[in-house]
Amino acid sequence: MNKWTRRGLLTTGLVVGGGLAVGIAIRPGNRLPGLAKHVASDHETLLHTWVKLGTDDSITVIVPHSEMGQGAGTALAQMLADELNADWSQVRFEEAPAIGDFANHSMGRGMLLAGVELPDMVVPSVQGLMIKTAQALDLQITGGSLSIRTTGEYGMRVAGAAVKQMLIEAAAIAWSVPPNSIEARESKLYHPASGRSGTYAEFATAAADIEPPVTPVLKTPDEYSIMGTRVDRHDIPSKVDGTAQFAMDVQLPGMLYATVRRAPTFGGGVDRIDDAATQGIDGVREVIRLPAVDGGGIVGAYSVPETVAVVAKSYWAAKRGIDALDIAWTKSGEEARSSETIFAQFARDIASGVDRQADVQLGDLPSAMTNAALTLEAEYQVPYLAHTCMEPLNATATVADGKCEIWVGCQNPLGFRSEVAAALGFEVENVTLHNCMMGGGFGRKAVADYAVQAAQLSAKVGKPVQLIWSREEDIRQDRYRPAITSQFKGAIDAEGNLIAWENTYVDKHEPAEAPLIPYQVAHQDIGHVASPTHVPFGAWRSVDHSQHGFFTESFIDEIAHAAGVDPYEYRAERLKDKPRHLAVLQKAAKAANWDVPLASGQGRGIALQESFGTLVAQVVEVSVAAGQTQVDRVVAVVDPGFAISPDGLTAQIESGIIYGLTAALYGEITIEEGAVKESNFHDYKALRMPEAPLIETHIINSHATTGGAGEPGTPGIAPALANAVFDATGVRVRRLPLNRPEIQLQLEDSRVAKAYSR
Amino acid sequence: MIVMKVNGQEQRVEVDPSTPLLWVIREQLGLIGTKFGCGIAQCGACTVQLNGAAIRSCVTPVAAAEGQEITTIEGLSADTDTLHPLQAAWIQHQVPQCGYCQSGQLMSAASLLATNANPSDDDINAAMAGNICRCGMYGRIKSAIKTAASSDFYNAAEVTGE
Repeated sequence: MNKWTRRGLLTTGLVVGGGLAVGIAIRPGNRLPGLAKHVASDHETLLHTWVKLGTDDSITVIVPHSEMGQGAGTALAQMLADELNADWSQVRFEEAPAIGDFANHSMGRGMLLAGVELPDMVVPSVQGLMIKTAQALDLQITGGSLSIRTTGEYGMRVAGAAVKQMLIEAAAIAWSVPPNSIEARESKLYHPASGRSGTYAEFATAAADIEPPVTPVLKTPDEYSIMGTRVDRHDIPSKVDGTAQFAMDVQLPGMLYATVRRAPTFGGGVDRIDDAATQGIDGVREVIRLPAVDGGGIVGAYSVPETVAVVAKSYWAAKRGIDALDIAWTKSGEEARSSETIFAQFARDIASGVDRQADVQLGDLPSAMTNAALTLEAEYQVPYLAHTCMEPLNATATVADGKCEIWVGCQNPLGFRSEVAAALGFEVENVTLHNCMMGGGFGRKAVADYAVQAAQLSAKVGKPVQLIWSREEDIRQDRYRPAITSQFKGAIDAEGNLIAWENTYVDKHEPAEAPLIPYQVAHQDIGHVASPTHVPFGAWRSVDHSQHGFFTESFIDEIAHAAGVDPYEYRAERLKDKPRHLAVLQKAAKAANWDVPLASGQGRGIALQESFGTLVAQVVEVSVAAGQTQVDRVVAVVDPGFAISPDGLTAQIESGIIYGLTAALYGEITIEEGAVKESNFHDYKALRMPEAPLIETHIINSHATTGGAGEPGTPGIAPALANAVFDATGVRVRRLPLNRPEIQLQLEDSRVAKAYSR
Repeated sequence: MIVMKVNGQEQRVEVDPSTPLLWVIREQLGLIGTKFGCGIAQCGACTVQLNGAAIRSCVTPVAAAEGQEITTIEGLSADTDTLHPLQAAWIQHQVPQCGYCQSGQLMSAASLLATNANPSDDDINAAMAGNICRCGMYGRIKSAIKTAASSDFYNAAEVTGE
């Protein structure tokens, strides 16, 4: 692999133990003015885009990712600090400002290295100025469970190691001794032979004049001292005393409050508004029609129709004001659409198979089906889902004198800045975006519509405006996880071996590998047909894995039962060439006492999913009584390659499981008359403490390539749950959510039917 | 004019008496630790204490607070330099992820422990069922409540109570 172009911001590039590592350093003399101004004082030396050393011995790690609860900042700081041999008690982190110089180009690099598809325009620049393309793409994004495995592995670690070497070299010059006679530990440099020592801070200025090493040496796992240890998250103290700053917590002098409403039927616009009642409400200032907006960004283009806003002296007045409006919406032509017509369309399009695209074709499927001892068919469905972040969408903006300043919590600060600038007709340099902590993101806060609205409103009224969406608007104007129908046909031979796997589903999104199976099956045909609907879709925690994990891990379970084999054993038998998969599966079964029988009415289910480079096996235990399913216990085994922050990973797995369990048990966005029927937590339920299972997470550090943490816990929970319900009752759940009357009736009538014996 | 005591201090606010307490706390008093989540008392993010009892401030008209004592997350600990035992337990168990619901969770938990310093799992479930955490940290919240309940703070209070 060639070295990176060593100009401007880019330096370093090397092979470590056969792998490639990439970092960015700011070379002396090449510091861009735009970046230099972020060195807060003369006492700080910006050695690197990822780290600042203060004269007070503090080390500040600059994290080009957003905090939405996942704790990436702490884990990334651990990676840098460990390679730097820093004193962890003096390490802090801050989120990178939303300026192009901090675009997380390592993320783009990591996506390429991992074989993940990236937009075509990035690909030619593998050897080029990745940061330029990252800037062009506004790739300061947080998603895809990528922060640690890209920015961390290719940015933070390399940066930490490089800075350490620069400090050693600086000390070597000052002390006139060879660099290899100097030791670095706990933010200090030592020369044992002469007894000399000094702090990193003492050499920070001198180190800035050292050429960054082309080949910084990274630690091997046995040398880690901070990575792999449990450390407290730095953001948590502010989250227990109410001082954590979310975008809605910004208060500007003279600020007004606003709330918005769009046509409930997607695609509808505003016909006319009668605002007589609204204008009579104390505190209401203006009723505003915001123009339609076309947006873009890494998660895809979107269009937002005309929007109605009420601006008032308080949120309460704005909310009352918008509720009092009599709005006639224009027809979108989608008024006859419902969940039923959408699923009927999916069935039609799968049946007709027009323009079916194959993901995988292996062997000779038709012959295998013909020669099978038994074939099995099943159709699964999952509904649209909303994100319902705890924090409803909001943004605070002030637009004046051709400049915009905006406070928002988002997963793509540079992209949001560009979109706000485009909507206002400003150059991006005239938009300053302050990214705040997010009260959840889950993919929704990668779409900039709410930030654009706040900026448009401030521009219209000429005052700072805090825009707050109601929960109802948040649920009814989301970018939904797509509903999918997926059809399967499997075949087994006389010995029960799985010989053929056929799968056709509607609408492919990301990641491409989501519908693939890890099991050895000689004849496969997995493909999809397009069946677009008018419902806007977006990324939802674990993206397509959340649907396909349910489908494939349910169907393999059905096949195992049809073959009369224990579903755990059946999976294990087909993973002989995949030791990591097998290891998580076996450990999950063992930790969950898979072989120990449960009482009548109880059941266990297992599922295995690889997603975002991490393997997770889950065993769920349920109790079913009177048609109600209680999830008692979840055992999860996760192999992320290496757990940088073990407690952080455990928390993410717990979180992913509860998020997926909410969806599996309750989650359903229903389309009626082209619009979303649900509106708030009373009819779009979230799992609550009394229903939450005990979760037991085990980590396997296989030292394979580092995987993600934020999303891999989610995909396996729904199939493990459905498989457990089958184990307990003999009822096969093929359509989610579980808590629907027809399934509850089936469960009431159920019998315990175990086709195999343990 | 509504007069109420918030975190021990008398506050006078000029506001429509039907305005939910939540917006008065946030917008008029600038106590932004209390959060808006749903507006219909379904999620608990807005939980504060009215004379010690956990209430959903998003549906409580400010008029109901007239002459009463309100405690928000900013007033949970007796003084700003010390953490309330629940806050300390929250850190010990690394409870928060996004953190947005945690002010409400803490205020509900504090109300529970004020009247039941040795809660069972069922007691905790019942007291906390009104607080949603979309990051799903229920197991950690429950553990942290038990840790706080076993602290000297509550054990001393229990002895005094007897």
